[in-house]
Amino acid sequence: MDSNTLVASLQETVPGAQLEQVASIDLQPTLYVSRDHVVALATALRDRPELRFDLLAELTAVDFWPREPRFELVYILVSIPNRLRLRMKVRLEGSDPHVATVCAVWPAANWLEREVWDMFGIAFDGHPDPRRLLMPEDWEGYPLRKDYPVQIRMTPTSAEALQVTSEEFRANVMKDRLTRG
Amino acid sequence: MPEIKPQIKTEVMTVNMGPQHPSTHGVLRLVLELDGETVLSAAPTIGYLHTGIEKTTEQKKWQQVIPLVERMDYLSAQSNSMAFCLSTETLLGLEIPQRVRDIRVLLAELQRINSHLVWLGTHGMEIGAVSVMLYCFRERELLLNINEMIAGFRLFPSYIRVGGLREDLPRGFHAAVTAFLDRFLPKLDEYEDLLTKNQIYLKRSRNVGVVTKESAVARGLVGPIARAAGVDYDVRKYFPYLGYETYDFRVPTETAGDVYARYKVRVAEMRESVKICRQALQRISPTGAFAVDDPRITPPPKDRVYTEMEALIQHFLIYSQGFTVPAGEAYVPVEGPRGEQGYYVVSDGTNRPWRIKSRAPSLLACQALEHMIVGGLIADVIAVIGSIDVVMGDVDR
Amino acid sequence: MGLESDFEIPVLTTTVEKMVQWARRSSIWPVTFGLACCAIEMMAMSCSRYDIARFGAEVFRGSPRQSDLMIVAGRLSRKMAPALRRIYDQMPEPKWVISMGACASIGGVFDNYALVQGVDQIVPVDVYVPGCPPRPESLIYGIVQLQRKIDQQKLA
Repeated sequence: MDSNTLVASLQETVPGAQLEQVASIDLQPTLYVSRDHVVALATALRDRPELRFDLLAELTAVDFWPREPRFELVYILVSIPNRLRLRMKVRLEGSDPHVATVCAVWPAANWLEREVWDMFGIAFDGHPDPRRLLMPEDWEGYPLRKDYPVQIRMTPTSAEALQVTSEEFRANVMKDRLTRG
Repeated sequence: MPEIKPQIKTEVMTVNMGPQHPSTHGVLRLVLELDGETVLSAAPTIGYLHTGIEKTTEQKKWQQVIPLVERMDYLSAQSNSMAFCLSTETLLGLEIPQRVRDIRVLLAELQRINSHLVWLGTHGMEIGAVSVMLYCFRERELLLNINEMIAGFRLFPSYIRVGGLREDLPRGFHAAVTAFLDRFLPKLDEYEDLLTKNQIYLKRSRNVGVVTKESAVARGLVGPIARAAGVDYDVRKYFPYLGYETYDFRVPTETAGDVYARYKVRVAEMRESVKICRQALQRISPTGAFAVDDPRITPPPKDRVYTEMEALIQHFLIYSQGFTVPAGEAYVPVEGPRGEQGYYVVSDGTNRPWRIKSRAPSLLACQALEHMIVGGLIADVIAVIGSIDVVMGDVDR
Repeated sequence: MGLESDFEIPVLTTTVEKMVQWARRSSIWPVTFGLACCAIEMMAMSCSRYDIARFGAEVFRGSPRQSDLMIVAGRLSRKMAPALRRIYDQMPEPKWVISMGACASIGGVFDNYALVQGVDQIVPVDVYVPGCPPRPESLIYGIVQLQRKIDQQKLA
């Protein structure tokens, strides 16, 4: 099926959504959708028999700072029964970006959304487990944003909270130094 | 006489299979709650190998990204660089010569055999069959010799570049690959003799870590895990690239969805890869075109650089500024050894990438891990982690 | 010291220090600390072609309490750094550390927010083995250099 039929099919299932199709040079037709209808569209994409996009291949974000709207959330979907691919994109503002979660539609989205939160700071409303995925739990900042530096000079924390006082720890390290060869 | 019943007090034990563990295939942390030997819940924590590669690639020029992306999934390095090159070449609109496409198919299939051999070796070693590891790594040394022959480096050859290949195939390449393929199939029969009908292996792998067909697709699992559950999704057949539709091979699938089915699927895939390699090898001429004929992308040969001024200028511009890629985005899926992988590449029209996102099949496999091990024994955890073939470099990037 | 043949059975005399050094360097058992790609080359080193068992590093112990060498093989991220220090502290004396590969030695190709730029910021390192990843022969050379270093360590 070609992308115009796809857009028409989606428009009749979710009448209020704003769908905008743009040209794309690879396998996937690209569709910009409005933020408020993401879950309804996702359910329609998964369930309608002529669409059946049952595999969520990718969920990521791109930061276009300093352009506004700053973020673009990208969903790459695959329909295994119908041999189709689709790239669905959502534009998000830079201040307080948030969108509804699609974990209920595709359980695969759980960690993918956690990673987007970790790296970009885009919040997913209704996510069952909104924690950082790749960075340490107490990290500050969202590394893949364009205004976050690549290199930081920070001494690594090599100690977790052990039941050892700082004098004992220092003595431990010095003992290592003294018995070297 | 009154019966005295012993009071056995049990409680749930929390065990940390820490980031440093011989069997977690890298740095994966599992916090398990155990009732005796049964796993009640598992909480995987990842991120211990997060390297920030995606942020680092935004600072490099397009051709410099190749060594970085090769180190993401370090067992299937050339699959990574090939996927990245396909996405970038789509953005550039390049027409790659047929010979280069055949060589890329050959290298991709050799890489698949390479990765599956490491999987078989480590999985066998963790189950207890240590000699499988020694045998598999012995065959792998021959493949690494081939890597070394084409580009001088064992694990990360950086041979597949944007625009084609780095240089032409060396003398003796056909002989080396043919010798490997002739030697490999009888050896694979030997390895199958060790495991396929082995009662201990069957007991440890049948009905362990079962994934159903619907659950596999809903959790985003692709590759041998999904094919072992009955989903016959293979990018080479569904969305062919590099001319895969002209090769004669089949995609093995099983229905059980357990560790044993994944083992059978991967061993069968190795046999199919050998078939594809032989067909590709026949199509490749020993010398010929190795890159697209575009002066912005392909550097001129060194003897011209030393004698002609224009070639020197072209060489200098390519290696100092690099080429610019038109603005846009592209994602070309590729069937790696672990499933569908690809690089979502966004360009802003300059000579550095704007955003590169790697679609990591191991990340979703790791996510599905907790559903596969809950309810099983703690010894099955090791078998399941081995069977889903996660590479933590790909999970954490 | 030397070979004494005054008695009927041949006797070899040496110092206690040399005995201890010989025992220590001929049976260095590493703890598995393979992090990333270098771990694959470390596994290849322990397999049949570049057999490390010839040099005494026969078994890779899973537990740090039973090992004397830690080969940090791969890139060390900031999240993993406390775990590395803890494993190092759990190893009994005498212990040595080999930093294998460029990422463990100096941060490698990845100079960014996520990696510790050199494992020697966390643990004291005895031998640095460069490469990305180093060939198994390089790592064997590193272990041989460590054996020479142990030969020069004094007991008191």
